Amino acid sequence: MRRAVTLLFALFLLAGLLTAASAQTIHVGSKNFTESVILGDIASQLIRDAGFQVDHRKGFGTRFLWNGLEQGDIDLYPEYTGTLTHEILSQQKIQTDDELRAALRERGLRMTKPLGFNNTYALAMRERRASELGVKTISDLRAHPDLAFGFSNEFMDRADGWPALKQRYNLPQTNVNGLEHDLAYRGLEGGSIDLADVYATDAEIEYYHLHVLEDDLGHFPEYKAVFLYREELRQSAPAVVERLDRLAGAISDDAMRSMNAQAKIEQIPDGQVASEFIRREFNLDTQTAQRTLWERFVYNTMRHLYLVGVSMAGAILIAIPLGVAAAKSRGFGQAILGVVSVIQTIPSLAIFVFMIPLLGIGAKPAIAALFFYSLLPIVRNTYAGLCGIPVSIRESAEAMGLPAFARLRLIELPLAFRSILAGVKTSVVINIGTATLGALIGAGGYGQPILTGIRLDNMGLIMEGAVPAAIMALAAQGLFELIERWLIPHALRS
Amino acid sequence: MFDLRHVWKRYETADALRDVNLSIPEGETTILIGPSGCGKSTLLRLLIGLIEPSEGEVIFEGERLQPGALIEMRRRMGYVIQDGGLFPHLTARENATLMAHYLGWSGDRVNDRLHELAELTHFPASGLDRHPAHLSGGQQQRVSLMRALMLDPRVLLMDEPLGALDPMIRAELQEELRDIFRTLKKTVVMVTHDLAEAAFFGHSIVLMRQGGVLQQGSLHELFHNPADEFVNRFIKAQRSHLDALKEDSP
Repeated sequence: MRRAVTLLFALFLLAGLLTAASAQTIHVGSKNFTESVILGDIASQLIRDAGFQVDHRKGFGTRFLWNGLEQGDIDLYPEYTGTLTHEILSQQKIQTDDELRAALRERGLRMTKPLGFNNTYALAMRERRASELGVKTISDLRAHPDLAFGFSNEFMDRADGWPALKQRYNLPQTNVNGLEHDLAYRGLEGGSIDLADVYATDAEIEYYHLHVLEDDLGHFPEYKAVFLYREELRQSAPAVVERLDRLAGAISDDAMRSMNAQAKIEQIPDGQVASEFIRREFNLDTQTAQRTLWERFVYNTMRHLYLVGVSMAGAILIAIPLGVAAAKSRGFGQAILGVVSVIQTIPSLAIFVFMIPLLGIGAKPAIAALFFYSLLPIVRNTYAGLCGIPVSIRESAEAMGLPAFARLRLIELPLAFRSILAGVKTSVVINIGTATLGALIGAGGYGQPILTGIRLDNMGLIMEGAVPAAIMALAAQGLFELIERWLIPHALRS
Repeated sequence: MFDLRHVWKRYETADALRDVNLSIPEGETTILIGPSGCGKSTLLRLLIGLIEPSEGEVIFEGERLQPGALIEMRRRMGYVIQDGGLFPHLTARENATLMAHYLGWSGDRVNDRLHELAELTHFPASGLDRHPAHLSGGQQQRVSLMRALMLDPRVLLMDEPLGALDPMIRAELQEELRDIFRTLKKTVVMVTHDLAEAAFFGHSIVLMRQGGVLQQGSLHELFHNPADEFVNRFIKAQRSHLDALKEDSP
């Protein structure tokens, strides 16, 4: 029995440790949309070319990345000036780039010069329709009051969206409707609307042959792309900063739009889009050999095992004593079961997010979240297993003159073992599935290809994460059934 | 062996024992008998410290039963219950020798003692490596008895040890058990609800009712000098069994 618990524990810990990465690296982050990932890839490849190890973590929400940068889990990531002034630092009412730089410096952060393109809101029409009507700028729209506008709901509502735009340019159009962003492109193509709001570097602009109207009165705030990085890089890795500075002014609106289109519409891998850009722009060959499906599988499996292994080892180590304590003391027991059950009711995604302020981003918060999430089945089954032992057997052990700890070790835990094992099995299956969410906070694993697949609308990539995750869960279940067969005497398997 | 002084056991709904004063003599078999709910099992569990008295004291070999000393004192007692209370995950051998191993006895000493007991209890050597689930009820009780006797305790406490067995096996085990008691000359306290069984085993019978001791004495005394009307009725009610018993014996 003890052998079994030790073995299980060692198994998980080993899986964890074997797969832990240890090298000192530059941590690059990027957001959960294609443009950000491509920029992250460009930076990563340039930095790697300067001789650094790079860990590029993709798919974060803005807040996570910003917090990660502030806490030092991330060394650099691509951001937009408009996002900084209007969202992240909106309370400081920043007007100019210099004010923005000062605000960043207070936080130990720096930003590069703008990369060139401005991914702001923009208005777009089909090229042919625009040239027919002779519309080049937003001001030109005043001459065509009958045009039909279709705007995303966000744009209809935003303070700097349609209401402000209409006032600023004194636009006369009344045929204005809110609709889904993706439907707007089809509406433009089909002719049901003449004009829609877009992001200036959307891949679809090229694909649907759209003309982006010039914001001649400068109404929309600038969303100039920059790289944010931690100030200490200037001392610890000046070559990294030098590489980032090379990107100043290097990426035009057209270049960015075209790269987005390659990745999203032609489905060229992000890394390849990035290295082709670097070859064109800097005449550097950073073409990294694309990882094969098998290499990606091995890498993701190791990362996933790491998350599951370490969190399960911790959960077993803590949950079994908690279950024992719960069974031994009624009041304490109800408290423990209550707390652990409440943890279980928190949506797993929320637990992941709660861990970020405490542990930053990456594997650590994911492991902590998975640990908490794995407690309940083990605690409850340990408790149930111990409470399910018949009174006559418990009292027989007591009447023999065995001390409490020996009773636990020799009689009660072995009798509860089957139940405890079932709890661990449930935990591990839940854990393997939940660990895929770890990719959202940069922990990697099978969630990574799933996230990328969702972003690129690529079912193959989604399957690359989903299928092995399911197989791993099944394998874990099978392994536990083997352990059960091996360790539990026939007499106890009714 | 045991002395109980003004022992009360109170539960929220009722009193299980009321002011029990009792002395259990060494080297004899004492039977606790009475109708269901009279407190006889409670009394036995009190003797081995599985429950504590609400009031009064229990003395074992001149020493008061109290939490600190309990573990050591229990090792001088053997305890056998109705369904055996065997540990299902251990074999017969492991059940019987668990405590001896825990106390660090040498392998030889454990084995010698086990074979001595197997012989005494007529337990077949082939059954030693079976789990309880693969043993008959009678065999389980033999293992339970071996386990209770392993450390050669000063007293054997038995709670309806034959109660769950079918009549044939029960009769056979009664005989064997009485022989064992005679061989070992051990102090035995046994709970039963069956007067015939009490008569068969007991030197001294303690008749209980509603948490109190009505009378302690030999069957002869209880029969001819009942302490009260209930004792009289209880003995008479089971007389037919006794008569049958008399006819059987020479």
